[in-house]
Amino acid sequence: MANTTIREFPVEEYPKTHYLNHDKTLKSWLLTIDHKRIGLMYLASIIFFFFVGGVLALVLRLELWEPARNFMDADTYNRIFTLHGAVMIFLFIIPSIPAALGNIFLPVMLGAKDVAFPRLNLASFYIYVFGAFFTLYSMAQGGIDTGWTFYTPYSTTTGSAVVSMTFGVFVMGFSSILTGLNFIVTIHKMRAPGLIWGKLPLFIWSLYATAIIQVLATPVLAITLLLLILERTLGIGIFDPALGGDPVLYQHFFWFYSHPAVYIMIVPAFGIISELIATFSRKTIFGYWAIAFSSLAIAFIGFLVWGHHMFTSGQSELSTVVFSFLTFFVGLPTGIKILNWVATMYKGSIWLQSPMIYAIMFLFLFTIGGLTGIMLGALSVDIHLHDTYYVVAHFHYVMMGGTVFAFLGGLHFWWPKFTGKMFNEFQAKIAAVILFIGFNMTFLPQFVMGSQGMPRRYYGYIEQFQTLHQYSTVGSWVLGVGFLLIAWYLVQSLRKGDAAPSNPWGGRSLEWMTSSPMPPHNFDYVPVVKHGPYDYHQPIAEFRLGVEDPHSSSEPKSH
Amino acid sequence: MERLRDYLLPEQSSTLATDVDNLFMFINYASVILLVGITIALIYFSWKYKRKSESDVTPVIRHNLALELTWTIIPLIMIMIVFAWGFRGYMTMRNAPADSMEVYVTGLSFGWQFTYTNGVLSGSDLYVPAGRPVKLLMQSRDVIHSFFVPDFRIKQDLMPNRYTTVWFQADEPGQHIVYCTEYCGSGHSAMMGRVIVLPEAEFTAWLSEEKAKSEQELPLARLGENVFSQQGCMACHSVDGDAGIGPTFKGLFGSTRNFTDGSSTTADESYLRESILVANAKVVAGFAPAMPSYSGVLSDRQVDALIEYIKELN
Amino acid sequence: MSHTDASHAHSHVQHHFVDSDQQFDSAKLGMWVFLVTEILFFGGLFVAYIVYRAWNPELFTMAATQLDTVMGGINTLVLIGSSLTMALAIRAAQTNEARKSMIYLISTVALAFVFMIIKYFEYTHKFDMGIFPGEYYTFTGIDHPRAHIFFSIYYMMTGLHGIHVIIGIGVITWLIIKTKNGAFNSEYYTPVEITGLYWHLVDIVWIFLFPLLYLID
Repeated sequence: MANTTIREFPVEEYPKTHYLNHDKTLKSWLLTIDHKRIGLMYLASIIFFFFVGGVLALVLRLELWEPARNFMDADTYNRIFTLHGAVMIFLFIIPSIPAALGNIFLPVMLGAKDVAFPRLNLASFYIYVFGAFFTLYSMAQGGIDTGWTFYTPYSTTTGSAVVSMTFGVFVMGFSSILTGLNFIVTIHKMRAPGLIWGKLPLFIWSLYATAIIQVLATPVLAITLLLLILERTLGIGIFDPALGGDPVLYQHFFWFYSHPAVYIMIVPAFGIISELIATFSRKTIFGYWAIAFSSLAIAFIGFLVWGHHMFTSGQSELSTVVFSFLTFFVGLPTGIKILNWVATMYKGSIWLQSPMIYAIMFLFLFTIGGLTGIMLGALSVDIHLHDTYYVVAHFHYVMMGGTVFAFLGGLHFWWPKFTGKMFNEFQAKIAAVILFIGFNMTFLPQFVMGSQGMPRRYYGYIEQFQTLHQYSTVGSWVLGVGFLLIAWYLVQSLRKGDAAPSNPWGGRSLEWMTSSPMPPHNFDYVPVVKHGPYDYHQPIAEFRLGVEDPHSSSEPKSH
Repeated sequence: MERLRDYLLPEQSSTLATDVDNLFMFINYASVILLVGITIALIYFSWKYKRKSESDVTPVIRHNLALELTWTIIPLIMIMIVFAWGFRGYMTMRNAPADSMEVYVTGLSFGWQFTYTNGVLSGSDLYVPAGRPVKLLMQSRDVIHSFFVPDFRIKQDLMPNRYTTVWFQADEPGQHIVYCTEYCGSGHSAMMGRVIVLPEAEFTAWLSEEKAKSEQELPLARLGENVFSQQGCMACHSVDGDAGIGPTFKGLFGSTRNFTDGSSTTADESYLRESILVANAKVVAGFAPAMPSYSGVLSDRQVDALIEYIKELN
Repeated sequence: MSHTDASHAHSHVQHHFVDSDQQFDSAKLGMWVFLVTEILFFGGLFVAYIVYRAWNPELFTMAATQLDTVMGGINTLVLIGSSLTMALAIRAAQTNEARKSMIYLISTVALAFVFMIIKYFEYTHKFDMGIFPGEYYTFTGIDHPRAHIFFSIYYMMTGLHGIHVIIGIGVITWLIIKTKNGAFNSEYYTPVEITGLYWHLVDIVWIFLFPLLYLID
């Protein structure tokens, strides 16, 4: 049987055979149960939907160039902003980090061969595709004009394609639940020998916190949307006031999921930032447990603050005050994280490669997003700012300045690992700077407009706001250019990029201790973990320890 | 400092505004200090600790209790101050003074109606006396709307199945814009109104004048004009020939209407009546089916009056 | 699949697991997590129930009289019985008594069918009276403006539960086939065990539904 002596294993550089090419048939992709291939299929899908949502956003911004009609009517505008929200949230940002990057790297970082339930993993991808199909079908039916929140009674009375859209979101919810379930079990049961909880990379901790939210919150969204669908088809009357129901109850149900859902979107980003800051500062992370547990704390408190979306809805004063009070306690662990990351850079050996630049930009943008969140949590001020562009700017700073910038950081960080190709670093830096400028130009004016009283979801507006709207629109073009540049050099990298070494950034966690791209089963040995993932003071050889793989002689049949 | 506030926020036209604005600016200043601090640290560290060589050795600093306690406790104190301040301001907003003048508000797609306790009805313009607290008792006729007056810093949703309230006191005469801030459909951004603050005496005069008007037997076309403004028809239908969310009323009567289903008809009295009472029975080509039903909302006499008014616009 | 003794013991371990124990533990934890999502899924409906009952306590008392307590009671016993046979089937699988295990599984499915048949009679009876969900509700026997909402909640909860019973019937039938083919033994009985967990949840949900809907006074 196997040899169980622990020894150092060399990493094969520039392997000929790896997970991307060991089987090249179309079937081997579509029916793969390899987490890396599934992750790549997710990645391709979310990038496609990011493109769709992004184009919709550019169209919206262009329409807003003029205070009155520019080139579309109010109904079209309403459908487009709804689609922009629904596509970006349900099809892009929720699956973005966990289902794409998480799927590719979670098992590798744990030293496992795959997630616990590979078939379920493939199933959840196809459930996502199936759900996405319904949302596309809803677009083909003329779209939906309710806003992505589907508030009743508007959503029960409007003539647009509410049922197919909500059914699509309902279906995609199950994809999210199954991914979360898979991750929880994988993290609990599939860790490499020696990889105790205290040595888990912080990206894993953040995926763990995310998975808990996915598993606990998404079923409530599922039942809410099911009730909404039945409300429209059967008129069951639970949410529709015309039938004796209560629209505020709908809002409670909806936000009970959708508030935790914003943590599904941002917590994985925290994980990426922890990896980036530590790797590119080549320094032990400051406050490992504080960062790990603050993710869990955010996940927990996130379940108790949904009512802060409803300060003006007519819910009781008592609940409003309680929700406001609790809301501030989400701010605290979030603030601690930011300061921990800054402290990690202190006395580090900082290498300003493009992933690190994204991380630093994240820290700046997300701090603005977080602080304006404090503003919105303050009751009397929120009454003024609620449902204005201030809120729009706030969540774009969190979701785009936060999650999307972290996602881009993670994409550049791991790109050499999962594609085996390097990208053009110079162009990457340029693109990051363009995005940063474009982003602030788009959304800073929206804070000002919002404070001045510009309501959101407005097709027309008074002329006073035109200048600021035009700044914002120009900013959106700059953003578009930045994304095009990224698309350009990443495609170039795939076509003729230099082959990537196994550890281009000098990382210490397990994904850097195997070839780029990874072998079909991630490691040619069973990794044994001795040091934590941020122990940069330990010799790198001690991170490549392992034992002989008992299965390696009998490579399993292809699947 | 005041100039920054005046740039960022609308004019302070209610008694509630000052406190809200002070908190707004307090959070802004605190946030800017924190943001600048973090930004300086990021830039300074990136420059000072730039990687010198591949063999750089970094110190192992896992935590620092004193530092961590500081950056937990100080923000905790700050957010508690913000919470308490916001809470106090919110409670003031929620508790209308006992001597408030009450006005009933109805939100409908896409307009506002204000009913005074003496029976006077005003469409889209809310007239109030300066220097007296006004409490609005609000409900929606259809979907959720939200009553927002930026100059007053007040906002409250209108529900179809319950009353919600909001109050304000404006001390200076003037005009202030009213927005709908809960998305309600095609005409959402056109659902605007005004609060017109008049000196007490002028307000009283206005109120009794309106009262007298409503007690007269108006000619039908004049009554129709009143209904037109009271019901918020102008949110979608112009009287000057411009296309809005719905077709203009100018020159409507007697013209040939082409519908989305390809059919057409001449706009006579029966056609107008059906269009008002039956939601989207016939939709004119080029427009969305956005018209709500006014069946049960308007009396027969009011429908007749509207038709007369539309005829008069030819 | 070869059936020599040596390979038999490991044939069920998928390539990415280290050993049989890890695979079993993972499957079991996965099922527990899944059950948590199920509880939250039903939880949304329980919250809707609680809210409407708090708003209209008198409606719930009146409407519950339209539900057949005897049929509901029999169904409760039937489901509890099926939980017992399920537990016995797991026990038998663990002790290599495949035949016994199969008989117990068949009884479980039979009891599940009894449950669904009784449910069918209950639903038909209500439809005959005009108690349909939502806007199709035409029953006039309850003088309350929100009467249709009670029955909407009733149909939602029992319907969703019924769907779970049907899914259970499908999965257990698959287990019967697998058992017949000799797939399970004392080394490997994970599917039987975790399906049992699922089936107990279905049972427990009903044990909450029965008093909440039928036994109100």
